[in-house]
Amino acid sequence: MSGADTALLDVRGVSRSFWTGGLLSRRRIDAVKDVSFTLTDARPEIFTIIGESGSGKSTLARMILNGMTPTGGSIAFGGEDLTTIRKTRDRMRFMSRVQPIFQNPFESFNPLSKVDRYLTMTARNFTDARSQAETDAASDRALRKVGLSLAEVKDRFPHELSGGQLQRIAIARALIPGPRLIVADEPVSMVDASLRVAIVNLFKDLRDELKVSIIYITHDLATAYYISDRIIIMQKGEVVESGDARAVLDNPQHPYSILLKNSVLSPDVPDDDEPQTIERDRAARSY
Amino acid sequence: MTLHQLNNHLNSVPETAPTSPALRVDGLKAYYQTRWFGITREVRAVDDITLRIEHDEIYGIAGESSSGKSSLIKTIAGAIRPPLNVVSGSVNFDFGTRKVDLYSLKPEERTAIRWKHLAYIMQGSMSVLNPLRRVRQSFVDFAFRHMGLPMPAFLRAVEEHLLKLHLQPGVLDSYPHELSGGMRQRVVIALATVCRPGFIIADEPTTALDVVVQKSVLTMIREVQREMRASILFVTHDMAVHANLTDRLGIMYAGRLVEEGRTRDLFRNPRHPYTIHLIRSLPRIGDAEPRKGLEGTPPNLADPPPGCRFHPRCPIAMDVCRVVVPPMQSLGGGHRVACHAVTGGTVQ
Repeated sequence: MSGADTALLDVRGVSRSFWTGGLLSRRRIDAVKDVSFTLTDARPEIFTIIGESGSGKSTLARMILNGMTPTGGSIAFGGEDLTTIRKTRDRMRFMSRVQPIFQNPFESFNPLSKVDRYLTMTARNFTDARSQAETDAASDRALRKVGLSLAEVKDRFPHELSGGQLQRIAIARALIPGPRLIVADEPVSMVDASLRVAIVNLFKDLRDELKVSIIYITHDLATAYYISDRIIIMQKGEVVESGDARAVLDNPQHPYSILLKNSVLSPDVPDDDEPQTIERDRAARSY
Repeated sequence: MTLHQLNNHLNSVPETAPTSPALRVDGLKAYYQTRWFGITREVRAVDDITLRIEHDEIYGIAGESSSGKSSLIKTIAGAIRPPLNVVSGSVNFDFGTRKVDLYSLKPEERTAIRWKHLAYIMQGSMSVLNPLRRVRQSFVDFAFRHMGLPMPAFLRAVEEHLLKLHLQPGVLDSYPHELSGGMRQRVVIALATVCRPGFIIADEPTTALDVVVQKSVLTMIREVQREMRASILFVTHDMAVHANLTDRLGIMYAGRLVEEGRTRDLFRNPRHPYTIHLIRSLPRIGDAEPRKGLEGTPPNLADPPPGCRFHPRCPIAMDVCRVVVPPMQSLGGGHRVACHAVTGGTVQ
């Protein structure tokens, strides 16, 4: 790993705990425990965070997006500690360089406003564009990067577009400020299997052509294998395994990683005389 | 009622050997029809679907969102409300002890067979269970009147059923929010199968779950099915689930069935270009070869393209595809496909 001065994102020993329960039954939940990793500026990559629901993936993502402060450790973006960002101007500058993409495209758009409004507002807030013509041009440029055009989406409401299209618009929106890092929290889990490939291919293009680093949070090991460079596997807030994505997924070492890999349903059908995977599992269960 | 009698009640399997398929759908058309200011608008969500589901089999339906999967299962379950109307066709169930033509029944008769003979496992277990009632009360609300047992016997039957599904009867005392997503989905499956229905419809029951939980829920569905010898209509867009669970598979595109066959045949030798795309585009661990997504968007069912509805996105579309609707033709071995490129359609 190169020195701190070239680090795009430096996550150091980050923890986050929550307190629940009443006065007498307070209980601490450690959502994220001592997570460290670094993304370098020189080489954009797709960095995948894998884990089951409740493993702390989304909490980690929110801390990287500066939507939540860690209770331990520090996160620095471009050498600047996130806790030092206090002024609105600094916050806007940070937001223009780190952009989120959320899980459910049907929920991330307001059903009552037209989708191009999101593009226009982002262009107005984060770029120099002021006039309608300028924001339209910025929106169109971003949409063309994801294989759409402004003419296709202008004056359309979210219900008129498919989930795949909406997710691509969400990605286009995230591209308008020209970010260095995109944090995508389960971007394909609500998208049809047939459209998933199109979206993850788009992430590859963003990395290779626009040099944007992507933190890809998912529980889908197959797409993770398909696109990621490096990977960390989280269980109950802790990183249990990390390294080169292909190496880790080809040959997982930690029991939890092995369980995850074995739980993935293979899209191959068994031979005629063999029972299906689910059936074999059932026979193997001992009760 | 003694425990022994109760067991007999629970295990009673119809004596007569069924001969007709568990479900026969013939030329079913169900459209969303609205009329505003004299302008009629029709969305052809289910368009001329014919299929058979045998006893003791899991039949899968695959297709992308807005392909009419949900409208089809709503129509099959008899749970439709205007503006969705059945335009033509029939839905016939054979529950072993009783044969039913769903759309010739009175609404109250239809309600009576639901849950007892025909159960429905819904997507999003969070919204199925009432958050303000304990799981036990949900069981009472849904199943009590269909079981016809006195309350103490009913609750004993419920507990036995849970034990059979490897769930602790303790979950009955929980509120839904106290259970994890996977556990809630398992409770919903237990709820749907407590009356031992002959036919179960499962609508994307594992879509929101992570891989580990997904596999255990699927194993449970398979176990329930094997134990009760029920038929299941299993709907999901996840082809990997179909490969691992279903016996036969139907592929839906834009309100029509485009291909159908044994799951294994379909995966090994898909014939329709859409099926080929669905199967080939799946990424898998250990294979990082670039894959291509499907271009274009699903058609608007209010104004579907003429001829084959897949032709605007089809890589091998011919002239005939733009004009003539391809009929479903048999390729032998129960494999049917609706594609001119396979069955050799020409322009008349």
